[in-house]
Formats: sequence, structure tokens, C-alpha cells
Amino acid sequence: MSEIKHDWPLYEVFVRGKRGLNHVHVGSLHAADDEMALHHARDLYTRRNEGVSIWVVRASDIAASSPDEKDPFFAPSGDKVYRHPTFYEIPDNVPHM
Amino acid sequence: MTAITEPEAELLAHFEHTIDRDQRLEPRDWLPEGYRRTMIRQIAQHAHSEIIGMQPEGNWITRAPSLRRKAILLAKVQDEAGHGLYLYSAAETLGADRADLTDRLINGRQKYSSIFNYPTLTFADVGVIGWLVDGAAICNQVPLCRSSYGPYARAMIRICKEESFHQRQGFELLMTMMRGTQGQRDMVQDATNRWWWPSLMMFGPPDAESPNTEQSMAWKVKRHTNDELRQRFVDMSVPQAEVLGVTLPDPKLSWNADREHYDFGAIDWDEFQNVLRGNGPCNTQRVAQRRKASEDGAWVREAAAAHARKKAQGDE
Repeated sequence: MSEIKHDWPLYEVFVRGKRGLNHVHVGSLHAADDEMALHHARDLYTRRNEGVSIWVVRASDIAASSPDEKDPFFAPSGDKVYRHPTFYEIPDNVPHM
Repeated sequence: MTAITEPEAELLAHFEHTIDRDQRLEPRDWLPEGYRRTMIRQIAQHAHSEIIGMQPEGNWITRAPSLRRKAILLAKVQDEAGHGLYLYSAAETLGADRADLTDRLINGRQKYSSIFNYPTLTFADVGVIGWLVDGAAICNQVPLCRSSYGPYARAMIRICKEESFHQRQGFELLMTMMRGTQGQRDMVQDATNRWWWPSLMMFGPPDAESPNTEQSMAWKVKRHTNDELRQRFVDMSVPQAEVLGVTLPDPKLSWNADREHYDFGAIDWDEFQNVLRGNGPCNTQRVAQRRKASEDGAWVREAAAAHARKKAQGDE
């Protein structure tokens, strides 16, 4: 058994809950190929109509940043307060803004 | 991103800061080795419990008394498989390997909840498992939805949503039996007598003898102590038993107006330790059956992998 351990690659699963929503990551599973991954994802993650569409992606094909908020990767957006509407002061008597 | 080497003290401070602010830790965060080990052990043990937990009830699928009960039981046992897989998926984000975890289970190197080492003698056991065992599991699991490890907490949210069906179908089944013959009512009482104490043991050893609790609470892996959760479960179950019309097998069970909780009798911790050590009524059978399922399925896994390889070569 142990020699075939890694023969089924890891897939990450993304489900669209209903029309109009984004696909959201829900978890992972192992499958021999893409088609089996889709079938397993349906059986595992949508047993109660949780989805109208599924994406499966081999985990090894995902490139990721670190989610760590201290990560310098996200530093460029840290000092651009002028991108936010609250940066601009508008008098209270200006309506509809 | 190439990891920037930081002195461990700074990484640790950041880890603790994340926990202090009640934020979740995610797979790519730096984690102390102890935290990672603890989480893998806890999640794996939880996953194994779901997988082994398919057996006691699965035992009754072919003998369910009606098509309705059979369909419900099938769906429930399928859910348990799903819960196990959500949890193995969470364990893998910590670097564990799913096949390796299964190996550890069937080689006895990792444990599962001792509750599943008791036999299901009658169909009333299916109902009582839903009511008490799943009820206790819900008490344990609801706070875990706020566990500090993100993938575990998210898996627990999915699981808790599904557990609610499990508990309700069990209670409804028991109410149906209680409206039946005297023989059926006796079966419900008998099953309640057998499962009540093991259900209380599901919360683990008393706080004074639970060495991991303090660290797990500090890491916000655990949000309440074993005894707190056990008390909550007793307080929930007593009025449910009254509605059902069964007696809980504990003469010491009584309302304590000062504490505003039910007092209950002493738990037989020797029995708990004995079952944990492998000497429960069904330990050997449960693991043997899991091993057989793994071995019997090996050719399917190999064939699917060979097919996928062949197809990939053809595509090139």
C-alpha cells in the first residue's frame, strides 16, 4: 500500500454557492485525475446543494503568497491611504457624497 | 515568496500576537513545532473518529426497519465519511500525509474516540447514538468552530451544520419507538443505559488529570475545559430525557439550585482508560475492519492511478 501513497495527487476544491457569487475555496481531496477530482468534490462538498459549479486545481499548480500580514509582498499598498475615500475631507453640508 | 529568515523569537511573538487578537492561523504562517504537532494529533484523531464512527451505525443499514430509516441512516453514515475527509484535508495543510495518517490508525499508533468501541446491539442504539453521542459531539465541536487554526475551524463549521441533522434524526427515531410497544420502549431505555456513561467519557478526563488542556486553551485550540463541556451536556440532556420518557442511569443526578447545574455521579475512569488501552468490547474489530477496507480498496486506487497515467501519456 505504502508504495502508491502519492499516486493520487492533492486537489484544491472551489465551489460557487449560487449564481452571482464567487467560487470559494472549501478544502481539498485526492484523486487520480481531473475528472475523478470533480466527481469526488461533488460527492464530498456538495451533498446538500451547496454549489452550482465546482473548480478543482492540482495543489501543486497553485502559486501562493504568504497570508502573513507582515509579509513585505503586501507592503506596496500599505502607504497609499489616498486610495481610500475616507482620505478626503468633505464638508458635512455637501449632500449625496 | 522566499522566506525571510527572522529570529525565532520574533516569529513566535508574531504567532502569539495573532492568537491574542483572536485571529486565525493559516497554513503558510510560521507555527511553533509544538502547535503543529498538537494540531496534527488532534485533527487526525478527530478524523479517525469520524471514519471509525461509520462502523457502529453502518452495522444497521441493511437491517433498518423501513426504507425511510435506511435512506436516513445511509445519508448519516455518508456524512461521517465526509467529516473524516474534511478533517484529513485540514490535517494535510499542516504537512501531514493522508495515507500516512490512515497507516497510523490501522497500526494502532494514533487513536480515535473510545465511544466507537462499544457495540450497537439493537436499532434503538442508532437513535441513542444520534441523540447522546452526536449530542456530546456537538457540545465538543461548536466551540471548535472558533479554534485558532483556520482550516480546522472552517471544517468544524461545515461539520456542525451537518451534525444537527444527525442529532435530530436520532431523537425523532427514539420518540417514534417510545410511542410503540412496551418492548420498543424497553429497547430505548436499555440503549440509553448503555450509552449514557460512555457519552460522558467522550469529553475526556477530568480537568485535574488533563495535562494538555492548559496549553490547548492558551493556544485557543480549545475554548472550554473537559469538565465545563461535560456539565453543559448533562444540563442539556436531562430535560431531553424527560420529554422522551427515559431515565438516565444515574441515581445521583439532581438539580443543584446553588450551582444552577445538575449534579451527577462519579464516572468510572478505569473503564475509560481500559477502553483507551484497547480493551473495549470492539477495539480489535473496528481497526481490523478499517484495515480490511484499506486493503480491499488498494487495487481500485492502483487501477485508477494507472488509468490516469495512461490517459495522460495518450494526451501528450
